Amino acid sequence: MTTAFAIGQPTDRVDGRHKVTGDAHYSADIHLDAMAYAVLAGARVPSGRVTAIDTTEAMDARGVLAVLTHENLPRIATQPPLIPSLAGMPAPGQTFFPLQNEVVHYTGQPVAVVVADTLERAQHAAALVRVTYEETPSVTTLDQGRDRAYEPEAIFAGFVPGRNERGDVEAGLAQADVRIDATYTYAANNHNPIEPSATTATWDGDQLTLYDATQGVAATQLTVAALLGLTPSKVRVVSHFVGGSFGCKAMIWAHPALAALASRHTGRPVRLTLTREQMFTSVGHREEQEQRITLGATREGRLTALRHHKLSPTSHFDDWAEPSLGVAGQIYACPNYEGVYRLFRANTMTPTFMRAPGEASGMFALECAMDELAHQLGIDPVELRLRNYTDTDPNTGNPWSSCGLRECYQRGAERFGWQRRNPEPGSHRDGDWLIGYGMATAGYPVYGPNNPQRARARLYADGSAVIQAATPDFGTGVATAMTQVAADALGLPVERCRFEGGDTTLPTIAAAVGSAGAGMISAAVHTAATNLRDELVAQAVGDAESPLHGADPGTVVVRDGRMTLRDLPETGESYQDLLHRHFLPDVEAAGAWSPSPRSAGEYGMMTFGAQFAEVAVDPWLGLARVRRMVGAFAPGRVLNAKTARSQLMGGMLWGLGQALLEANYMDPRRGRWVASSLGDYLVAVNADAPEVDVELIEVEDKVVNPLGVKGVGEVGQVGAAAAVANAVHHATGRRVRKAPITIEDLL
Amino acid sequence: MSATRHPSRVAEAPVLPERGPGPVKVTLTVNGTEHALELEPRVSLLDALRERLHLTGAKKGCDQGTCGACTVWVDQRRTLSCLTLAITCEGREVTTVEGLAEDGELHAMQRAFIEQDAFQCGYCTPGQIMSAVALLEEGHASDDAEIREWMSGNICRCAAYPNIRAAVRAVRDQA
Repeated sequence: MTTAFAIGQPTDRVDGRHKVTGDAHYSADIHLDAMAYAVLAGARVPSGRVTAIDTTEAMDARGVLAVLTHENLPRIATQPPLIPSLAGMPAPGQTFFPLQNEVVHYTGQPVAVVVADTLERAQHAAALVRVTYEETPSVTTLDQGRDRAYEPEAIFAGFVPGRNERGDVEAGLAQADVRIDATYTYAANNHNPIEPSATTATWDGDQLTLYDATQGVAATQLTVAALLGLTPSKVRVVSHFVGGSFGCKAMIWAHPALAALASRHTGRPVRLTLTREQMFTSVGHREEQEQRITLGATREGRLTALRHHKLSPTSHFDDWAEPSLGVAGQIYACPNYEGVYRLFRANTMTPTFMRAPGEASGMFALECAMDELAHQLGIDPVELRLRNYTDTDPNTGNPWSSCGLRECYQRGAERFGWQRRNPEPGSHRDGDWLIGYGMATAGYPVYGPNNPQRARARLYADGSAVIQAATPDFGTGVATAMTQVAADALGLPVERCRFEGGDTTLPTIAAAVGSAGAGMISAAVHTAATNLRDELVAQAVGDAESPLHGADPGTVVVRDGRMTLRDLPETGESYQDLLHRHFLPDVEAAGAWSPSPRSAGEYGMMTFGAQFAEVAVDPWLGLARVRRMVGAFAPGRVLNAKTARSQLMGGMLWGLGQALLEANYMDPRRGRWVASSLGDYLVAVNADAPEVDVELIEVEDKVVNPLGVKGVGEVGQVGAAAAVANAVHHATGRRVRKAPITIEDLL
Repeated sequence: MSATRHPSRVAEAPVLPERGPGPVKVTLTVNGTEHALELEPRVSLLDALRERLHLTGAKKGCDQGTCGACTVWVDQRRTLSCLTLAITCEGREVTTVEGLAEDGELHAMQRAFIEQDAFQCGYCTPGQIMSAVALLEEGHASDDAEIREWMSGNICRCAAYPNIRAAVRAVRDQA
């Protein structure tokens, strides 16, 4: 039996000292002897072809080692299909690899790779590559593409059907006493982690090593191996520190393979770092979208129908839309439902996962529509949601594996002081500021990997342990949480355990995406560590010299590095004594975990929460300021209360940004993003961020994985933007059906 | 920019000889140690620190002066090293996050960042800490509103902002 001593504690991050001293080495901090620098040059037109490319001036510039274009770059071996990296297969972000021919599909598509002996020289030479284009008409915005939209068979790399229906939505609308029919627009978003994507590549004979900023080292390894025609055993990927991702490092884009090719071509280690501007055109984005919601409800507020249609642009290569209709179609009891995705081809890259991919935008639309319904019916927004609460997944009728949503509403409302809210919009004031209270439901699916997740645990004769699994830590705190998981499984103090990750030479873990990391990695680590513990206990009970000799292993417990009888704690011995007696320098065990195929068939699996926000609006200046946020979440078991709260808080503040700040727009004349810097693409800064109150509601979940962990990476963001937008309505009486809501919307 | 605010910057600037565009000798004093480098005059202080001196604590988040991850001190003032040419730092004291701990003993702000969980991925953290320490010395941490404003040049995409404020408060209140 494992008792939680370390799990759940607010342990400080184990890598904290590295991060505060500048001693944490991210992928662009790796320095190799004779390293050269690669810089990408991107297409300046959104559509057409390269008719001429003159590299003479660039090649003649000081320090230049190579200029690679479609005319001289080796062709890729194979283009793997687009499969989300959680599946553990090669995971290209799009099924298009640049520099294979002269065709241009989107602005910023790489047209040259320049390699020089210093960064400055490579940057300068990249500006000297002269490219001539023949430009053809482009499509980049919703308004340009609306008329050519089609209904795809499936989206999200084929994993989500293009249409999902239950019941009869027309009949449901006909039964309704009231209807809401509203269209919400959502601007494109860019992830913008502060670390730009970077790969440092080096060859030793035919062995390639990549230091890559990635959410999954195996994803980089398998993708680059496929593109370059190498066996994966010849590709090692190392990623010890990753400076944020939020989805843009979840899939593998062109730059790691280009860094490898540039290194092979020049015979030197090569570092390729994307510029901030290139981060807008190289690693995917959340697509611009329009969602139309039609709700039907009884006078008592019970939903009779939900129709949810989405329109969005995708690339010329892939049918991609983030699954905005997923959670929004499952969160409430509603017998009649219709969800439909429509796409059109545009001159952009394939959009990609971005934090709460789909749920952030879909629940923005649904939860704003629910607020409109509450207002129209004169029902309190929390009460309206309780009336539509469901304890089964409406798609299947299966019970939730665990829920906690009612407690989230209740505790969140208490902490927020929701009962002080006068439902009349514009009724709260603070001087010139109009004050609004808004709320929304949060939900995020519990995803599992497709293949076994592996870990290894080794106990040394000095009584310390190392636990290994190939996951990188990109800020989630996984290294800290896994140290805690291993400590409890082995019965060791946390300080005696160390976690090693971020290297394909370690046991394989799929990319940590979709809030699945904590659940699947803890499962692997727990399994490996309990296997090791069981092995040690078995040795002890089989050892005539051990005080535990002959005991039933099931009656042995481990704590503080000692194995003892549960009912006779004085009887036992330390791991150290056992290992020393047998001249063992260490004992090691592996562990693997795969989700049970039963669980998905018999249960609905979702993480729930409730969001509350107070917003102040200055109607004369159009300013909107979020004054405080309260979120209550039920993420199953919490592995580390400190890092979990931080991640949820970060998600909620992302929701604030989504509601009031974050937007990118295509200039339809030029076919390029209007914002290409952090001066133009606004993210929340310290002055935007209010105090955030995160309430953790632990629910026991025996289905999702061995420790019952449901994850906290995304759910904090879901619904947060809607809570802010609903608070803006409550403050002003104005219903702004778009994200972000900006000054001009409020004047 | 008035002479009274920044006397050191305008006081009778000597006429400098023209150097470059090829590599020239540049002497930089970083964390108390003098380094003789051969640099093209176009090399930024950030790239000189990271690529020549292998002091990679200061981070390149944007190279455009918008994110603050490259914040170091030049003569004790917080400075965006990506917008500063290394050659202009001759004769000045450059301090990076690597120079903050003394004899392995963390600075109080470094400890506070760990205790308050004032970071997640850690990439912006060196810049946040260099700003946070300077903020206290500048006297810009009297209340949360002031901390929020004066820490807004350092973007944290993980949005650890409330915890960053808690760390600044904790160190302020120890003093």
